[in-house]
Amino acid sequence: MAKIESAFFDLSYLDTLATGKTVIHRLDPRIKVLTAALFVICVVSFDKYVIAAMLPFALFLITIMGLGGIPAIYVMKKLALASPFAIMIGIFNPLLDQQIILHLGSMAVSGGWISFLSIVLRFCLTVTAMLVLIATTGFNSVCMALEKLGMPKIFAVQLLMLYRYIFVLIAEGQRMYRARAIRSFQKRRMDMKTFTHLVGQLLLRTIDRGQRIHQAMLCRGFDGTIRTRQTLRFTLRDLLVFCVCGILLIGMRRYNIANLLGQLFMEILS
Amino acid sequence: MHMADALLSPAVGGTMWAATAGTIAFCAKKVQQDLDDRKIPLMGVLGAFIFAAQMINFTIPATGSSGHLGGGMILAILLGPYAAFLTIASVLTVQALFFADGGLLALGCNIFNLGIFPCFIAYPLIYNPIVGKNPTPMRLAIGATLAGIIGLQLGALGVVTETVLSGISELPLTAFLAAMLPIHLGIGLVEGLVTTAVVSFVWKARPEILEYAAASRPLGNLSMKKVLVALGAAAIVTGGALSWFASSFPDGLEWSMAKTSGKEELEAPEAGIHHALSGIQGKTAFLPGYGFKKNDTEPAAAEESAPSWPAVDIGTSTSGLVGGSLTLILAVVIGFLFRKRSQVK
Repeated sequence: MAKIESAFFDLSYLDTLATGKTVIHRLDPRIKVLTAALFVICVVSFDKYVIAAMLPFALFLITIMGLGGIPAIYVMKKLALASPFAIMIGIFNPLLDQQIILHLGSMAVSGGWISFLSIVLRFCLTVTAMLVLIATTGFNSVCMALEKLGMPKIFAVQLLMLYRYIFVLIAEGQRMYRARAIRSFQKRRMDMKTFTHLVGQLLLRTIDRGQRIHQAMLCRGFDGTIRTRQTLRFTLRDLLVFCVCGILLIGMRRYNIANLLGQLFMEILS
Repeated sequence: MHMADALLSPAVGGTMWAATAGTIAFCAKKVQQDLDDRKIPLMGVLGAFIFAAQMINFTIPATGSSGHLGGGMILAILLGPYAAFLTIASVLTVQALFFADGGLLALGCNIFNLGIFPCFIAYPLIYNPIVGKNPTPMRLAIGATLAGIIGLQLGALGVVTETVLSGISELPLTAFLAAMLPIHLGIGLVEGLVTTAVVSFVWKARPEILEYAAASRPLGNLSMKKVLVALGAAAIVTGGALSWFASSFPDGLEWSMAKTSGKEELEAPEAGIHHALSGIQGKTAFLPGYGFKKNDTEPAAAEESAPSWPAVDIGTSTSGLVGGSLTLILAVVIGFLFRKRSQVK
């Protein structure tokens, strides 16, 4: 139950964030999608033992989160919730790769720990990038942008339809779940038989709903083709922002900014 | 089960993306061609249904742990493979964007693992031949259970292959396989049983729904030949995509090559490019040379990294550490500044 409620909360919360009016929100969705893609590609293309050179990317993300008004606490919670798979796979690295490649004072650090940290950092960066994209853009705009960028229209329509009815069906599932919980004296666990009946019932209702929606669409003149409203406008400012972000990202990928900064700092000190 | 961006190399992720995007385009075309337009809203709500159903947990008999529905097979049975594939892809996209399950790059892998295997392998090659045109409860049970198991096994195999090929994780192929396949055998069995139960429930309550689905599914008589041709085409596309990535992301591929060559002795012809590229990488990467751990198969790389191997160049790593910490501090400061600003507002 907690799961279904938190899913509901996540969807509506990210939706609320996406209605913001900050500088980032006002950018064209296409450039945000492309920048996010470039960001992810840059991050994952780093060598597996890289840590420091990835940190500037975090800086980039935090700047955007700040400008876009995305609360850091929320993002951190999501990261913690989503991390088990990456951590579970990554945690084997320190066990399997014990070659010492770094000495911190007297402490020797094995390659495995470095690559594990690198995996965790990659995970944080890529997941945050995606959350920031959706929280500053909104799902509908992301779909429109993807359609403009060449995604098949019917898939765009499918995504929009799905998103529209997720809220309805989660609420319906939640009601059924609650009804069962009330009638079973709060018995927490559900056996498979009850589950299949509940889900089967939900499925039947869903199919009926699909038919009703189809009839409603026919009433409104649906002829088999879907028309999506286009409101995207690509301005010079968007182009400029995209170029700046692109140059920044590629620059951060090519040059180890953290290292350069460190060298500069040490030179000033000495 | 969801792949994460963090474990993927750009070459593997990009290839899977290309393969998945191609399949989506192909399915979109198919669905548009022989669609009775009732399917458009139905696909949408069924996707949302899968979403809601996945949130409801049940107790797995005899284990005490809890599981939830995957739903790929149910969609394939109700919608036919093309529409089902689009629906699964859309569900995974929303999950990636909103729940951080997987990631942007990993989306290609995830759709491939959880969509292509159930829709284009398990459904037409296992479920359909077993269940046939006139389903009986027995046939339905065997078909759905087997298809569920095999679909998930293939999916797990996909996850393992993609992770190992990417080379970010150190897990060796055999150990990873030995862990993933049995777990997913169990998960697949449960998934198959639940699929069977839900489909039989629908069949008992409203048999016309399944009949409608069977009648209108365009892929009802998918031949083995077509599947093979499609798989062949996918392989060619994949190969093409891989070589494209080789030219546009030299260092990403380069280090994955280095990784494989360390293990599978893929040497001589690459040495020239390799040397040049490792030079570039040495200049650009923090902890240069660490990509090449076992240098015995790569003379070119060995020359470069051997001198610095036992004692890491202190200067570089210190400045890396200092710079890294500075960046972190800067990040925190920026974060606080923004917070302050929003509080002032």
